[in-house]
Amino acid sequence: MIQQISRFHLVFLILVVAVTLSLLFSTPAQAAAKLKIVTATTDMAALAEEVGGDHIEVESIARGYQDPHYVEAKPSFLLKLRKADLLIVVGLQLEIGWLPPLITQSGNPRIQVGAPGYLDASQFAEILEIPTGTVTRAMGDVHPLGNPHYWLEPENGRRIARGIQQKLAEIRPEDKVFFEQRFQSFSRRLTVAEKNWDDQMKPFRGRNVITYHRSWPNFTKRFGLNVVNYVEPRPGIPPSPGHTLDLIGMMRRENVKVILVEPYFDLKTPKSIASQTGAQVVVLLPSVGGEKEVTDYFKLFDYDVALLTKAFKAAQ
Amino acid sequence: MRLLKVFACLTLLASTMLWAQPKDDIQERLKANEERIKALESEIKELKATLAAVARNVPAAPVLQGGEAQEPPPTQLPPTPQAVPTTPTLPGESAGQIPVYGGSSAAAKALNPDISVIGDFLGSIGRNPLNPVPTLEMHESEVGFQAIVDPYARADFFFSFGEEGVNLEEGFLTFTSLPAGLIVRAGKMRAAFGKVNTLHNHVLPWTDRPLVTGSLVGGEDGINDAGLSVTRILPAPRDILLEGTMQVFRGDSADVFKSSRNRDVSLVGHLRGYRDLTESTNLDLGLSYARGHNELGSGFLTQLYGMDATVHWKPLRRAIYHSFVGRTELIWSQRQQTGNVQRAFGLYTSGDYQLARRWFIGGRYDRSGRSNNANLIDSGFSTILTYWPSEFSQIRGQYRFAHYAEGRDGNELRFQLQFSIGAHGAHPF
Repeated sequence: MIQQISRFHLVFLILVVAVTLSLLFSTPAQAAAKLKIVTATTDMAALAEEVGGDHIEVESIARGYQDPHYVEAKPSFLLKLRKADLLIVVGLQLEIGWLPPLITQSGNPRIQVGAPGYLDASQFAEILEIPTGTVTRAMGDVHPLGNPHYWLEPENGRRIARGIQQKLAEIRPEDKVFFEQRFQSFSRRLTVAEKNWDDQMKPFRGRNVITYHRSWPNFTKRFGLNVVNYVEPRPGIPPSPGHTLDLIGMMRRENVKVILVEPYFDLKTPKSIASQTGAQVVVLLPSVGGEKEVTDYFKLFDYDVALLTKAFKAAQ
Repeated sequence: MRLLKVFACLTLLASTMLWAQPKDDIQERLKANEERIKALESEIKELKATLAAVARNVPAAPVLQGGEAQEPPPTQLPPTPQAVPTTPTLPGESAGQIPVYGGSSAAAKALNPDISVIGDFLGSIGRNPLNPVPTLEMHESEVGFQAIVDPYARADFFFSFGEEGVNLEEGFLTFTSLPAGLIVRAGKMRAAFGKVNTLHNHVLPWTDRPLVTGSLVGGEDGINDAGLSVTRILPAPRDILLEGTMQVFRGDSADVFKSSRNRDVSLVGHLRGYRDLTESTNLDLGLSYARGHNELGSGFLTQLYGMDATVHWKPLRRAIYHSFVGRTELIWSQRQQTGNVQRAFGLYTSGDYQLARRWFIGGRYDRSGRSNNANLIDSGFSTILTYWPSEFSQIRGQYRFAHYAEGRDGNELRFQLQFSIGAHGAHPF
């Protein structure tokens, strides 16, 4: 009898422990329902956040002040990727030097190339500078599929957000209406912001600028600026003395007064060129998070447009 | 007077009617034109939708009956005629189209693997009494083919062309979509023993490999064999990556392992711990073990134990200008021989600092016993200077001093030219 009671107590105790543990470790279904999204860059993260709101958790691999071409494939990124429901990449070979081994090593079937959780945002955007004819490395570190800095155009931002919204709805159909509403809200706010940015930049349409790298074709096209040359002689090739001298001569001839530089490039050469031509060096941000205050997609354009208009006014 | 009024009214009415008649005609014509414009607009929309669909290689947008294209919602994405499809179409996606065989189209070429060639040209002046190298040699030409096989796996092949022959350096299939986070590889591959053994020549920060590699781990080829590998990320405290790898090989790796019977397989295990110390700095630690039979026969085992530690520093805001990699590997060898067991130890310690976007400077200290005679200990050091004209070529000079156990010294100045063509994929960290 004593033995039976003990056995009964033991079974009861196991049941109590099992139920307690299950209650302790189980989280409410709603709380666990957030989609885990990893993006290659902060810009994709910002756009995903606009659409996904509090129904997603999003993390970017590259930081906004980092050159997205040269990100180290650190193993710590695997911790993020292995749990991701969705991976959003910029594509056009921007991440070719670091992302593929991370995807392979993640052990996450959901985000492998071609899987439903892999989203290449370039398919939604208007892509510029697609090389025609023969493409060789003599042209520098060219992107054979086109310029990958396409998010720097609000209309492309809208297209990418739409694409993300459709992908989120595909993965989580029960939240389709929520994502649609978030997208419509983003789109409306973007329309208002676009008018504001266009109005600010309107007086400076047609201005000539120099840029360090070919990061700005979509941005300059949108705001009517002419990129007349680059600090890099070819994409990815550091500035040479000969090219720098040519650049100085050209800037003097054509009265170019603004040099746009990404935050991850050394300012020594641009400043030297500026000192000899009377131009201004403007550290323009290509990505969200480039500075602490630039926390979302709208603030990225707010920041860049404010810097540019100030520089153009000073150059007048 | 009344008659005059009636006449005036009739005249006004008639004139109004006369004026109204052509106006109605114009309105009708306008209406007809509007309808025509609407029809043309519908036609244009339909054509645009078809063009966009063709550009994206997806079925055309649905068209409503009556020939009128579906009206897009206010924030519908406009067509992107310049958008570039980056994901190859999978078999079955092009249902309804006539299949084209023969691979003559550009789309078929898009499915070819990424092909790359990396040339490694070496030169040396000075003398090395024990390990002489040619004055000039095209040391290696590595040809790589890499592609995704199907939704479940990718394949990587690297052929090493020397001046005298061809060697399959690596050729393996990686299963990327297995359950439980498992990554399985099958084929010929470099074993996950330590760090240097996993690296191809062209990603080394030196023109050669450390002495300990040559003395205890099979030299340039290293532990590199046909086999199976299973890797998994293991549970660990937050922010620490713990990764375990188990590998089984046929048992033939350079002069380290030799398989005399089918069951003389070799085993390799590796445990890796990684943590970001700061945003710019990280620490990578590893423990390795390898076991296999040596060339003396099935009754003779060689066991290798390894520890490796790597510190990386790269400030993110200036990542293309400055970085530092400090690395050390300690290796113990236990080799059964006729009548005795040789227990040898070796290590290397190296540091490489990036001075500027194109310039790197480094140094390495070497010390190692020999696997078949642990009492013979060689030592040496190297200093290295590297210049990158671009990220696709590099020029390197290395001064190497070696003091061999026999009491003889080697003094060499080596130089290297490496260049890459094609689309060589990224290497693991």
